[in-house]
Amino acid sequence: MAALTIAERILSRRCGREAHAGEFVVAEVDVMMAHDGNRPLVIDTLRELGFAKPRRPAQLFLVLDHAVPPPTAVVANIHDRMRAFAEEHGSNLLEEGEGVCHIALPELGHVRPGDLVVGSDSHTTTLGAVNCLATGMGSSDMALAAAKGEVWFRVPETLRIVLGGAPGPGVDAKDVAQYLIRRLGLHRSNYRSLEFQGPAVAQMSMDGRFTLANAAVELGAKCGIFPGDAVLRSWLEGRIEGRFEFVAPDPGAVYEESFEFDLGGLAPQVARPHSPGDVVDVGEVEGTPVQMVFIGTCSAGRLDDLRAAARVLEGRSLSPGVRMVVAPGSAEVYHSALREGVIETLVTAGACIVPPGCGPCAGIAQGIPADGENVVSSGPRNFRGRMGNPEANIFLASAATAAASAYVGAITDPRRLL
Amino acid sequence: MIIEGRAHRVGDDVNTDYIIPARHKSRTEDIASLVPVLFEDLDPTLASRIRPGDLVAAGHNFGMGSSRETAPRLLRAAGISAVLAASFARIFFRNAVNVGLPVVECDTSQIADGDVVLVDLEAGSARIPARGVEIKAHPLPPLMLEILRSGGIKGYLEAQGRSVRRPRKGEDRV
Ligand code: SF4
Repeated sequence: MAALTIAERILSRRCGREAHAGEFVVAEVDVMMAHDGNRPLVIDTLRELGFAKPRRPAQLFLVLDHAVPPPTAVVANIHDRMRAFAEEHGSNLLEEGEGVCHIALPELGHVRPGDLVVGSDSHTTTLGAVNCLATGMGSSDMALAAAKGEVWFRVPETLRIVLGGAPGPGVDAKDVAQYLIRRLGLHRSNYRSLEFQGPAVAQMSMDGRFTLANAAVELGAKCGIFPGDAVLRSWLEGRIEGRFEFVAPDPGAVYEESFEFDLGGLAPQVARPHSPGDVVDVGEVEGTPVQMVFIGTCSAGRLDDLRAAARVLEGRSLSPGVRMVVAPGSAEVYHSALREGVIETLVTAGACIVPPGCGPCAGIAQGIPADGENVVSSGPRNFRGRMGNPEANIFLASAATAAASAYVGAITDPRRLL
Repeated sequence: MIIEGRAHRVGDDVNTDYIIPARHKSRTEDIASLVPVLFEDLDPTLASRIRPGDLVAAGHNFGMGSSRETAPRLLRAAGISAVLAASFARIFFRNAVNVGLPVVECDTSQIADGDVVLVDLEAGSARIPARGVEIKAHPLPPLMLEILRSGGIKGYLEAQGRSVRRPRKGEDRV
């Protein structure tokens, strides 16, 4: 018996033999997720590949999140077909307004520690915060997974990301995520599994962990996995039923490489247009005029993020000439933010709240910027054209930096306003 | 599988949003109708220069970003015969094989725009005959090669009786 990493342990358990990095295995999956944003739809590819129905329909989750409520008849019809499919086969449907798949799925208790999760979306890595192996795939792989209940994988090598030190007030997990991208680049982790460890991880809220696991795919990784600990256990309470077991790496597990980062003294991080990899300290871009701010997404659209924005905007209003769009990541996030008065603060400051879902992140729905505008977004990607207009410039930042920039009308270090 | 085609050079980190922007992808379910906007946000003139049989030569991390299978499907619909890249993002790599788009991981630094490149998928090699350049490619794992030979996962499943064969232990170590 060799000593295994978390990814090797989860894949071994699901393929019925000990699986080591570099090998190809066919593994049973526990959870499958497909949303309304990708073409061809997984449910269509299933038929295209000659399968009549999903093998384990109860493990398949269809999520309406990318374009909600539907902005066009094409999308409305797609939503209808997804509803009909879920109804016919007994699969699960997350309706318009329930939230972004990667936020709502774990909140609703559909993902458990040790699970093998595949989703038709690259940011499926987000779910690794729940101590599971979660990875994104295309429609054909997803359709095959749905039809067979299993999928082939190359067992990934693992990189250990050890985080120490504590960032100061006004600096949060989104800054850490962008800092990791800045330090590791967009390719180093290609095909690898990331294991997050260290004292800063133990201190991190679940919202923060989801934000970091979300960034695994920007780093090129197949998955990003967090340890099972007391923070995760208490978050799971009331969400999942029955017994579950955390998966830890075996002592002596073989890592391809370990990277240690000290987060003490970290400045807010901003990714400049048009690459999530072009990350600098906020000081380097402070003063850049801003016309639009967007807070939301599977990267930084959770309660921690909305709270951070409200802390900055409490008793203040948006700079004239700045629009601010907020998409709470899920119905639960929305509810909590309402109860806490966070939404009230944001609306009073002048923000426009759109329904839980992806919002303007992918340029499909509400909130497309105009030509030449600078946008500060808490989303994960800023490729040219990402928000629907190739003539706009998107800066990626934490919700606090986004809110501070909305108040000043220019990119601003939120620490100045706290 | 031997593939010959004229190369279009692109750089590092060409993401799937550049291959097909989400604002277009969500507009229609007819992928072939999107051929004119292929690579629009990278180079709006590129799609009009692509002829059936051409190939794409890229730097590192081709296909990074979103999992949209529209990306390799659209490259195929535009007639692209293969993508050669210094490295591929993992989801794109799988998607390409599944839709029958040959992907070749090799040093592409010597391939210039307009070069005619000859690729041998089984041998794992590429050549630029006009200039006598030989490039060694990273061979594809057997399972992926089998899927590509069947023209993609659909053909593979039809030939294999609706299931993916179990990799033999050790066989697919790459
Ligand atoms: S929020 Fe943005 S990145 Fe996340 S799943 Fe939705 S469109 Fe994709």
